[in-house]
Amino acid sequence: MAEDQKRVRRRTEQSADAEVEAPPKSVRRSTEETDKLISEIDEVLEENAEEFVRSYVQKGGE
Amino acid sequence: MGIETEYGIISKGDEEHNPIFASSLLINSYVSPRLKRVRWDYEEETPLRDARGTFERTGLDLLEDDGGLVSVILENGARYYVDHAHPEYSTPECSNARDLVIHDKAGERILAGSVEAAGRSLPPRNRILVYKNNSDGKGNSYGCHENYLMSRSTPFLSIVTTLTPFFVTRQIFTGAGKVGSEGASASKDIPYQISQRADFFEVEVGLETTFRRPLINTRDEPHADADKYRRLHVIIGDANMSEISTFLKVGTTAIVLSMIEDNFITADLRISEPVAALRTISRDPTCKAKIELEDGRKVTAVGLQWEYYDWARKYLADQDVNEVTAQVMARWEQTLTALESDPMQLDRQLDWVAKLRAVDGYRERHHLNWNDPKLALVDLQYHDIRMDKGVYYKMVETGQIETLVSEDEIQAAIVNPPADTRAYFRGRSLGRFSSQVTAASWDAVIFDTGADSLQKVPMMEPLKGTKATTGALFDAATDAADLLRRLQS
Repeated sequence: MAEDQKRVRRRTEQSADAEVEAPPKSVRRSTEETDKLISEIDEVLEENAEEFVRSYVQKGGE
Repeated sequence: MGIETEYGIISKGDEEHNPIFASSLLINSYVSPRLKRVRWDYEEETPLRDARGTFERTGLDLLEDDGGLVSVILENGARYYVDHAHPEYSTPECSNARDLVIHDKAGERILAGSVEAAGRSLPPRNRILVYKNNSDGKGNSYGCHENYLMSRSTPFLSIVTTLTPFFVTRQIFTGAGKVGSEGASASKDIPYQISQRADFFEVEVGLETTFRRPLINTRDEPHADADKYRRLHVIIGDANMSEISTFLKVGTTAIVLSMIEDNFITADLRISEPVAALRTISRDPTCKAKIELEDGRKVTAVGLQWEYYDWARKYLADQDVNEVTAQVMARWEQTLTALESDPMQLDRQLDWVAKLRAVDGYRERHHLNWNDPKLALVDLQYHDIRMDKGVYYKMVETGQIETLVSEDEIQAAIVNPPADTRAYFRGRSLGRFSSQVTAASWDAVIFDTGADSLQKVPMMEPLKGTKATTGALFDAATDAADLLRRLQS
């Protein structure tokens, strides 16, 4: 039990050091994979993004 | 447990987009006539009952909820209906997180099937599109609510105290991701945030769901034996595309609720300003931001989640843990470990990370600013439920997102109820004898067998009416009257 608590504290401290930053970058995926992803998105994206996004208006729900 | 999802809806090519009409058309185009004639029975519904024991009536319009709108029960035990100008799908009651992932996905397939069916009845240039998200990016939000069966004897205050810090921080794996920010606290300096919903919460505890949204909702409408049970109605979650996110969302929450019922967590984990903390965490995709606890400590969301995880490990140590719970615990640990070192490692698992990778990759490739409408469109289309158009589904198809359940299981859940809850009885009643069912609700099925009076089968125990106890009766029964006779013998 004491060990558990130590582990928790260590983890908590480790993750608490840095300041708030810009979104982290995805560095791990290969360029090839990212290329594939971008071209897939381009393939399916609705045309006229500005008009489409503007017209997407919902009534509040729940 | 169960999930109710309000989907975003838009009609294209239709000058007079009417979301209520479009939602009704969607459901009516999909559902077969034999199921449509069975009414939803509202008799037991009391959405204004408050778990704190008081009744609030301050201009609430909760009761207008569903009056007169399309509402059907499906043979998998789900409810599919129009709610507040959205199509809404409530999964059947599931006993575990994995079944709930399957049934949540079955709901998506049913909506996608409805989009297709509605398309066939519309003029060629018109189409209806549906999104499983929670916000239109313009300050309007719609919900994805979770429901958990709890013991009535658990004091509501201990639920509030112990659950609030968990809810504020669990978004680091349940968040569906969002480009920008909205509402009163909107800021141009927020390019991307973890949660769809964090912008919309204003108070800590309350009955409302459509305004002054609370972190903990007090609606006390058990749809079961009210002396024994409460239904915890959770409104703080995002609608998830990722099966892993849904699995973690409901799996970890169920474990924490069990610990609360057993009064197991004795530490004080209260956050000083939970509503502000919710936004701080959502607006920091590095997961490094610290929030302050009542006891003066400053911790990260990951740090606080580790505390819940460690309590859970201790709690489950002396128990006979089932396979799904063991999987939840393993995933929870892996996820927190990865979030702590580099959240982007989870771009195949969690919605907000996968979406961030897609949006940010797209932004860099096309040299766009964060406020470019194209990025808002990538965000929106991540939630498109059509498997050939949705960005999430494109990523699944090409192996860039991990899934948890098979498509066969999802397809089976479109027509079959879960075997081990009362949803089995509801679903099979509809599946086999719909012509003799006049109405049904969460806690009853009402039959018209041709006898003088209608016969109501109450289901106040959510874990009764399972396949184990009624499966053979359904298989053997020749009609509803025969089924009821067999039930009584």
